Amino acid sequence: MTAQSTRIIVSVIGQDKVGIIASVSAVLAQAGANILDISQTVMQDCFSMIMMVDLEKAGVSFEELKRLLDQKGNELGVRIDAQQEDVFRYMHRL
Amino acid sequence: MSRLHFQPEEILETIRMVQMENLDIRTITMGISLRDCADADLETSATLAYDKICRLAARLVKVGEEIERDYGVPIINKRISVTPIAMVAERSDADDYTLMATYLDRAAREVGVNFIGGFSALVQKGYTRGDRALIASIPEALASTRRVCASVNVATTKAGINMDAVAQMGRVIKQAAEKTAAEGGIGCAKLVVFCNAVEDNPFMAGAFHGVGEPECVINVGVSGPGVVLRAIEQQPDADFGELASIIKRTAFKVTRMGELAGRVASEKLGVPFGIVDLSLAPTPAQGDSVARILEEMGLERVGTHGSTAALAMLNDAVKKGGAMASTQVGGLSGAFIPVSEDIGMIEAAELGVLSFDKLEAMTCVCSVGLDMIAIPGDTSAETISGIIADEAAIGMINRKTTAVRVIPVPGKSVGDSVEFGGLLGRAPIMPVNTMSCARFITRGGRIPAPLQALNN
Repeated sequence: MTAQSTRIIVSVIGQDKVGIIASVSAVLAQAGANILDISQTVMQDCFSMIMMVDLEKAGVSFEELKRLLDQKGNELGVRIDAQQEDVFRYMHRL
Repeated sequence: MSRLHFQPEEILETIRMVQMENLDIRTITMGISLRDCADADLETSATLAYDKICRLAARLVKVGEEIERDYGVPIINKRISVTPIAMVAERSDADDYTLMATYLDRAAREVGVNFIGGFSALVQKGYTRGDRALIASIPEALASTRRVCASVNVATTKAGINMDAVAQMGRVIKQAAEKTAAEGGIGCAKLVVFCNAVEDNPFMAGAFHGVGEPECVINVGVSGPGVVLRAIEQQPDADFGELASIIKRTAFKVTRMGELAGRVASEKLGVPFGIVDLSLAPTPAQGDSVARILEEMGLERVGTHGSTAALAMLNDAVKKGGAMASTQVGGLSGAFIPVSEDIGMIEAAELGVLSFDKLEAMTCVCSVGLDMIAIPGDTSAETISGIIADEAAIGMINRKTTAVRVIPVPGKSVGDSVEFGGLLGRAPIMPVNTMSCARFITRGGRIPAPLQALNN
């Protein structure tokens, strides 16, 4: 198996409201995590955002970042997950 | 393709599978050889085994939790399988191996796993002294431990059926139930009688680390009945060709998760990766039922006519999809139909729609056998042996693994039910045929290997 990727997927799912992207981006910026790409959809009131984030130069560990995002998710009333990119690569690509 | 490398729908699909449809890695099981732990003194042997398990599996639970955290996929169980204890303990002159079971139980508790399998003997063609001692120790070993699982292989396609062992296992199951009567006979939930047992099964209660296995190995069991159910719900009018395709695609994705988890665990633990077991293993949770998949295919209730065909199709499609997703497939690999662990099976059994005989028919086309079925407490040992013999015959002739895990619940009869709690679930007491097969069972000897064995 190749060395573990430093890229993670951050997904945000919940009720749409003002400032979700700004808040999540701020957490990532403070952690030194680089956002490579963002995709966002709003269906009815359900908001979903997916970010690919590179942790290569991040100042915090993946575990710590997960905790910070979870905390932010609770504040915003949305669910925020962070997962290693490999899980999607394995499931959807050969 | 976008810079995300994935379509947002793909990412959301994965997240939905985990969060809403109970997709999980059912078990990461570390197989450990105890062949080097034999000793003339049973306690020394047990200590060697305890130390080896604690050393090799020290980081198993931690690594499992790291994988859950990194990939966001729950790993429900971390478990251990060991060399059949009959082979390890028979170097000693002891004739009761319960002590060995208590050391295994302590080792499992020490490393934090919920089950350890391998209190086992392989007697398809006959007994060694150690096999006899082990089988005689099973009831007490299961009553005096919480985490130890036992299994006995009484038949193979190559060797035929050891009917002496079949007769004895009927009695052992009765004793195991009686010794754990206060807990509904739960000892029997930790005891499997096999035909064609496999050496790399990661699922309990039947896991053991076969003699052809390496020193230490990681095997993974995936599951996801809820994911399959959801996928076929989307296509209510699909014909069977389309249905098979949908199931194959879903099984492929589920299995890839298992492949990833196994590879990462193997790398982190520095232990070779054995196999992925492609099974649909239900739990009593809503939305995690194999029965519901069969019902979604168009059966009013599982157990009605058509159930065997539906299960055959499901089982085959799961294998076809899974086989393409993993480098090494093994274990039992098929849909499980345990009664007490599947809410749809429980309901159908309570309604009287799902009979013991229909379950037996269904085991011809799936893995693994008559699993977690509660039967009346006054069922005779010979009748239980008859059940085992029938199931072994199905496995022997069809060159497949079959198993019996029935619980004759002390003091209960048809109309009652028993609660085991947790993953083991609850079960209504199902009626069995009350005509005697005692004269058949007491004949003894071996049913010869069938023509199917002569394939060289």
